[in-house]
Amino acid sequence: MTSAVDTPAEESARRTMPSGLLTVARAPGWVRYALLAAGLLVALWLPRGIYPAVAVDILCWALFAVSVDLLLGFTGLMSFGHAAFWGTSAYVTGLVAIHAGLPFPAAVLVGALAAALLALPIGYLAVKRTGIYFAMVTLAFAQMVYYVANEWRSVTQGENGLQGVPREFFGVDLSDDYYFYYAILPIVLLGLFAAWRIVHSPFGRVLVGIRDNPARARALGYPVHRYKLTAFVLSGFLAGLGGGLFAVGHRFVSLDVLHWTTSGKAVIVVVLGGIGTLWGGVLGAALVVRLEDWLSFSGFEAIGLVTGGIFVLVVLLFRRGIWGTIAHLALRVRRR
Amino acid sequence: MSGFLQNTFNGLVSGAFYALLALGLAVIFGMLRVVNFAHGAFYMLGAFGAYVLLSEAGVPFWAALVIMPVALGLLGMLLERAVIHRLTRLDPLYNFLLTFGLTLILQDLVKSRYGIQSSPYATPAELSGTVDFGLFDFPTYRVFILGFTVLLCVAVWWVLGRTRVGMVVRAATERPELTRAFGIDVGKWVTPVFGFGIALAGLAGVLAAPMRAVNPLMGADLIIVVFAVVVIGGLGSIFGSVAAGFGIGLIQAWGEAYLSDFPIVSQTVVFVVMAAVLLWRPAGLFGREEAPA
Repeated sequence: MTSAVDTPAEESARRTMPSGLLTVARAPGWVRYALLAAGLLVALWLPRGIYPAVAVDILCWALFAVSVDLLLGFTGLMSFGHAAFWGTSAYVTGLVAIHAGLPFPAAVLVGALAAALLALPIGYLAVKRTGIYFAMVTLAFAQMVYYVANEWRSVTQGENGLQGVPREFFGVDLSDDYYFYYAILPIVLLGLFAAWRIVHSPFGRVLVGIRDNPARARALGYPVHRYKLTAFVLSGFLAGLGGGLFAVGHRFVSLDVLHWTTSGKAVIVVVLGGIGTLWGGVLGAALVVRLEDWLSFSGFEAIGLVTGGIFVLVVLLFRRGIWGTIAHLALRVRRR
Repeated sequence: MSGFLQNTFNGLVSGAFYALLALGLAVIFGMLRVVNFAHGAFYMLGAFGAYVLLSEAGVPFWAALVIMPVALGLLGMLLERAVIHRLTRLDPLYNFLLTFGLTLILQDLVKSRYGIQSSPYATPAELSGTVDFGLFDFPTYRVFILGFTVLLCVAVWWVLGRTRVGMVVRAATERPELTRAFGIDVGKWVTPVFGFGIALAGLAGVLAAPMRAVNPLMGADLIIVVFAVVVIGGLGSIFGSVAAGFGIGLIQAWGEAYLSDFPIVSQTVVFVVMAAVLLWRPAGLFGREEAPA
């Protein structure tokens, strides 16, 4: 610990994790519309360009990443246990789809609601702590959910996993991943839009205020815990939406969806894309899912070596993330 | 009655592992404000190192008990200098992520070399057999673990409480800026303290080798339980971490013995206790309210 004096910029970088929110919001209107149009075009083209099953995974992980960023980037809470919501929804969606025979969007909705319901007690307890403690507490509760799922074999089938999750949709044949992708795209876009609306609502502004200065937010009369808890539950719902779609997409749910490595992967996807940028998480999800698919396809077994390596490199050298770096560069160009 | 004592003893033994790991975490956190996710991976490396030393070089348990903590402690110091050091001035979450990445790397390195099956490690001959406590017999090796851990904790306590080094570390833990203002070079102690914490994890790993299955994933799930333990004890409090470690070991063992129809209880009780502590004393049983971040 050399005791060089912090510049104000370094001081603020030390206190909060970097955020691209404000810089992105300041981009001129036509840039934002152009980016939106480009993003939608890529989303429409995706299953033609890459293997459709991978494209489906990317959509699900995009929702997952955005749900984590909602907390990490916009509320200043790093949940290291979001697999609990992703995974719970995957199981509930799978069970509802198998036993009730509902069309898949309804099953996914039930799953996401179950995830939000679970997020209520976990969030209530977790928001009592902040910073690194919040990460540890959420991680621990997620591990508890994992153990319960592992032991409750009569329901979850334990290590065999939940098999044969149907893609029921009013008799429409969605067994082809290519068509399934377009079936879930509207749901995912709706989820992403919801996240965007939350961030840009007055409620979202309060969250950012809490992130940057919780004491001031409290002094202004905002019930900080309640705001954090609401954000946590909303985030759990979005993660659940992704997890439910993931279950239907794979027609199978394994214990992996609840494992701590899944929680960790979601966080690194967000960091890689850029904390506090919302859309960065989508990019990060696309990159990581694509990379893992490529690795397993080429028969490389030690995937943890690569994801772990990415973790280390991103945290050491690339903390702004992709979107954050772009926003930063754009800002510098415009200031010139 | 003898059954109860035996369960209690078992609980203290598994609590000893929690205590050793929690102690290392607490010491590192105190000095560096780093929550070391890789702590479980170093525990695994300790056990695996002992196994490899024995099976490939014939190095006995007693030698491994010295070699592995020293080697891992040095590796830890190297890591601290090379990477962790670069992030200590940022939000602690970054080092949490960094050590998470290191965990994945270390696990997969061992996995790709040795596979995921568990390897047996024979109890050293001097410690095989049982000790007769009158009411019940207990495996000698477990008695050794318990005695060794308690001695170690007392020794650490003594060093922290009664020596000049300990005074510096305690002062730096509680008020880093103020300690620096008194002209004490806090930075000098950061790397050795990190190495020491890692050495404790390695030591716990060597101790675990004859008792638990040695495999690349043995530290992964354990570390999450230890996180819950330090949240219960209060991460800032060294005594609290150790006490919570033993306490959780006890509660788990009793749960396992008396609620054996519900195996889920002994696995999840630590998280239930954590939830209760968060409701009742959010800063942990022995912790202070954290400084506003």
